[in-house]
Amino acid sequence: MSKISVKNFNLYYTNFHALKNININIKEKRITAMIGPSGCGKSTLLRSINRINDTIEGAHTSGEINISGKNIYDTEMDVDVLRRNVGMVFQRPNPFPISIYENVAFGLKVNRIASNKSVIDETVEKSLKAVLLWDDIKDKLRKSALDLTLERQQRLCIARVIAVAPYIILLDEPCSSLDPVATRRIEELMIQLKDEYTIVMVTHNMQQAARISYDTAFMLLGELIEFEKTEKIFTNPSRKETEDYVTGRFG
Amino acid sequence: MIKLSPKLSQKLSYSILFLATILAIVPVVVIIFTIIKNGASAITWDFLTSMPKDGMRTGGILPAVLGTFSIVTCAISITLPIGVFAAIYLNEYTRNNLLTRIIKLAIVNLAGVPSVVYGLFGLGIFVMFLKLGVSVIAGALTLSIMELPVIITTARGALNSVPYSFREASLSLGVSRWQTIRHIVLPNALPGILTGTILSIARISGETAPILFTASVFYVPHLPHSIFDQVMTLPYHLYIVSTQIPNMPKKIIFGTALVLLIMVLTISFMAIIARIYFRKHRKW
Repeated sequence: MSKISVKNFNLYYTNFHALKNININIKEKRITAMIGPSGCGKSTLLRSINRINDTIEGAHTSGEINISGKNIYDTEMDVDVLRRNVGMVFQRPNPFPISIYENVAFGLKVNRIASNKSVIDETVEKSLKAVLLWDDIKDKLRKSALDLTLERQQRLCIARVIAVAPYIILLDEPCSSLDPVATRRIEELMIQLKDEYTIVMVTHNMQQAARISYDTAFMLLGELIEFEKTEKIFTNPSRKETEDYVTGRFG
Repeated sequence: MIKLSPKLSQKLSYSILFLATILAIVPVVVIIFTIIKNGASAITWDFLTSMPKDGMRTGGILPAVLGTFSIVTCAISITLPIGVFAAIYLNEYTRNNLLTRIIKLAIVNLAGVPSVVYGLFGLGIFVMFLKLGVSVIAGALTLSIMELPVIITTARGALNSVPYSFREASLSLGVSRWQTIRHIVLPNALPGILTGTILSIARISGETAPILFTASVFYVPHLPHSIFDQVMTLPYHLYIVSTQIPNMPKKIIFGTALVLLIMVLTISFMAIIARIYFRKHRKW
């Protein structure tokens, strides 16, 4: 069953045609990877799924992105509700300059999802446990989030997203500022999370896509070249461009 | 054209740059030194807390101090919210099109309008047209209009310094744009806004022209009761004692100048302290 279904989707940055007629069906509770050289539009496509691209000046779109059958570019769509359902983790860990606890509780409090302290405490604990951070930092919840290591900051950012109970999590090169060990651990975390969340990840690292994703989309110059089972993309791609890229002939 | 050796031209340019710096500092030092030397003896508790007597030739400057204080307080409480709200609107809500570029350019240029023009504007609009008369409120409104572009510009700078990634992180949690501003952008921009505001207070405390026709008078025999009172103010009082009254003791003139100077420098110094404090505690 497909959770996210993109139909004839185009995106322009003012006059620049960044995404060209994209059609893709992303499956529920799987990790889907998007690969391709810099500037191919993979991040742009990812950022279209929670409409965070709306904040960029001059960005406009045509076509549809349907989530659970609803077109999110419909004029009636409440963008704030959409973004609560479709969380996003960024390239550089970006915790707020407040305490660890307040970071995780932020979405709950500000969105008024919960106001009862015990409910918030519980959600903070549950979210930090989900990212395997709880045991390490349960005594330092009042400390500034910026004092954590980059890996822990990135886990915290994932916990912050989980706290507002999304069903899709978008990750934009989540490991690009982490060392290999930390990368490995975040990958393990993503494998665990896919049982509960639909995960879409942009990555520069082809091995990462091969290691953890179920499906892989290969993009080039704003076009979706190939979308297949990850195994097929890396061992027996149908398109010449895909083969050239995954075998390292360019990119 | 004379060709200088690299060594000589290095020495020469160093000397010119050094001389320019000295020329910039010397007048400030001389001014401060002269004022302190001639005015320090006038500063007594009595001078600060009593009414002027004998046609200002003896007594204190209390009404002028209080007048300046009330005008500045009024002005900043009008200009700060308007300026910050306008800065938020311009920075966070508008797209970068021709109209907003013109608005932003206009605001920057407004800061260059001579203060006496604001004074005459205030006289025409607030004192005469709105019939507020020469009063604290008319002077405060005039000063606040003059200071608005400065507040907007510094507030926009402070808002801009908040990393965009904070906004993105907040928006992507489904937090609305206004809530993002309120909970993330503003708290992180506050230090910058605060230091800018303190500097604005220092600047308008010493302004004379805008309050010359709108708030200040030669002499009031009582302390200000309400914002509709006309008042004495420090900068205008200094002008009066320096030029309008014969046989004025030098000590009173320099004493008044010293009080004004200390007031402005103290406020500026507070801004410096605040800036150091916030810089130390800022993590990003």
